[in-house]
Amino acid sequence: MSNGRPVHIRVRNLTIAFGSYVLMRDVNFDVGHGDIFVIMGGSGCGKSTLLRTMVGLKEPARGEIIYGDFNFTNATEERREAFLRRCGISYQGGALWSSMTLAENVALPLAEFTSYSAEEIRRQVGLKLALVGLRGFEDYYPSQISGGMQKRAALARAMALDPEILFFDEPSAGLDPISSYRLDRLILELRDSLQATVMIVTHELPSIFNIASNGIMLDAESRTMIAQGDPKVLAATSKDPKVIEFLSRGQERADKHA
Amino acid sequence: MSNNATETAESRPRVAAQRGGENGYLIRFSGDWTGKHRLPPVEELLTDIGRTRPHTVVVDARGVGAWDSSFVGFIFDLEARCAELKVALERGSLPAGAGRLIALADAVPEKADARVVAARDGFFAALGEKTTSITDAGAALFDFLGLLAIAFGRFVTGRARTRVGDIFEQMQVCGADALAIVSLISFLVGVILAFMGAVQLERFGASIYVADLVAIGMLREMGAMMTAIIMAGRTGAAFAAQLGSMKVAQEIDALTTMGISPVEFLCLPRVLALFLMMPILCVYSDLLGIGGGAFIGAVMLHVSPSAYFHETMSAFTMADFTIGVVKAAIYGVLVGFAGCLRGFECGDSSSAVGFAATSAVVTSIVMVVVACGIAAFVLNLVGI
Repeated sequence: MSNGRPVHIRVRNLTIAFGSYVLMRDVNFDVGHGDIFVIMGGSGCGKSTLLRTMVGLKEPARGEIIYGDFNFTNATEERREAFLRRCGISYQGGALWSSMTLAENVALPLAEFTSYSAEEIRRQVGLKLALVGLRGFEDYYPSQISGGMQKRAALARAMALDPEILFFDEPSAGLDPISSYRLDRLILELRDSLQATVMIVTHELPSIFNIASNGIMLDAESRTMIAQGDPKVLAATSKDPKVIEFLSRGQERADKHA
Repeated sequence: MSNNATETAESRPRVAAQRGGENGYLIRFSGDWTGKHRLPPVEELLTDIGRTRPHTVVVDARGVGAWDSSFVGFIFDLEARCAELKVALERGSLPAGAGRLIALADAVPEKADARVVAARDGFFAALGEKTTSITDAGAALFDFLGLLAIAFGRFVTGRARTRVGDIFEQMQVCGADALAIVSLISFLVGVILAFMGAVQLERFGASIYVADLVAIGMLREMGAMMTAIIMAGRTGAAFAAQLGSMKVAQEIDALTTMGISPVEFLCLPRVLALFLMMPILCVYSDLLGIGGGAFIGAVMLHVSPSAYFHETMSAFTMADFTIGVVKAAIYGVLVGFAGCLRGFECGDSSSAVGFAATSAVVTSIVMVVVACGIAAFVLNLVGI
């Protein structure tokens, strides 16, 4: 199920609920090492909540999340923290620390969790910001740059520690098409050169078809996942009208009605 | 994280520079270039390059074993620093992934005017800046006072977009929900006043006049003052923090562009709620303060509660009571005003919200104390 790559992340029988309201039940999927895994689905189906559950910001009602040999769901707080240091997470709204400059935002994890010298940290910050196209904006505060730039700076912060697993919550929403294309290339490059596994929540179809090697689709009505696999393959072979509708921007169904 | 290269024995990252014919300069990289190792300093290389001024610098990284973004960062930095020295860097034999990452980082050139240059003001410029900022702050204060007055005028004539439900909600939050803390503080203030008086008056055998002292003290000054200080810390700060974070999240902009005046919609209910609740809280505070005085009277001075209350009733006039209550209403407006003003002036970061809340408390306490002083002076002049 993970396209022939060794399995990196296993999600087993995951059920997520808010009180008595069940958002999704019995979600099962595997993510391979070096996969670029997209979580797809219409808004309100729980994509971001699934991501938040996978990094421990929300506890699942049932089920397990296992990274390699590490059972994240049963782990103690300390072991989770140590594990999360090897992950990079970017949030939907950027979530940059507004009282710090961009350079300070990216430097904080480096200063706290590595033994890098000040010089090395400066170099890393320069490189990471340049990779997202923000060279020269080191001394700006988040409020002084545009929303799309904030989003990109948040990605630079997420990859500060060369993480093994990157979680991106709608990284390209709000970016111009060129930045969005460059971001796709960056994600591919991070996977290839740093051997990272990438999990992305996104609706951007071009980006899904460009980079994703695997993925799942969640559905708000049936409250579970309705498809799994490479989106390109899904688009070509799926019989599920919901999957076809999503991956063709609603064109298929519209054509049928016409 | 390392790349594909197998992790062999600890091989330290090394650079070796070599001048080659035709004004060339070759830098050989070898060993493992990962964050786990301490990388060689770039400065020595740069001084050497600066001194010999080669035409191009060629990077030879065929000897590099494991690498991560520390290596990419090193090369990327070296390239930028060489460009400053007007020397071209040729990165021919980088590991393929590293080369592509650098190409990606180079894809967006630095905007020429992007770097912020912190301009340093001279002493007089800084002094002038400070001085004008004080007058500007004063102007902003009166500006906001004017806006609030206009909003109030529209409210009275029924044209303001102020929701009556909001006023009641705020009244509950700043009035009823504050009863516990007002009770505690007022009772203790009554105790403290009685205690201070008792020590002196007992020497003249005039213990019973503690009741007069507490009654007049609470009714004229302390009831209103203590309630105002509690409200400044509790409610004024909350107003500033709430409006400030609404400003950060552009919620206030959303109201403005929808044609709803934020002053009418957000500030007026808050200021009105404090204006209406403060007198009530003040009366409550007066009562508890007198209770505190009676407690000390009974415990320390052996004045019976009935004698104490009898003395209290004969001690104060309606004027004392009214002055306290009217002052409380004024303080309420001042605290609400300061909270909303500082909330609206809030900058656009999370630390600015904290600053707004602090500044709201300071501003309201200063305004309350100044108003109290003015009131004492004026009342003394007219002889009430």
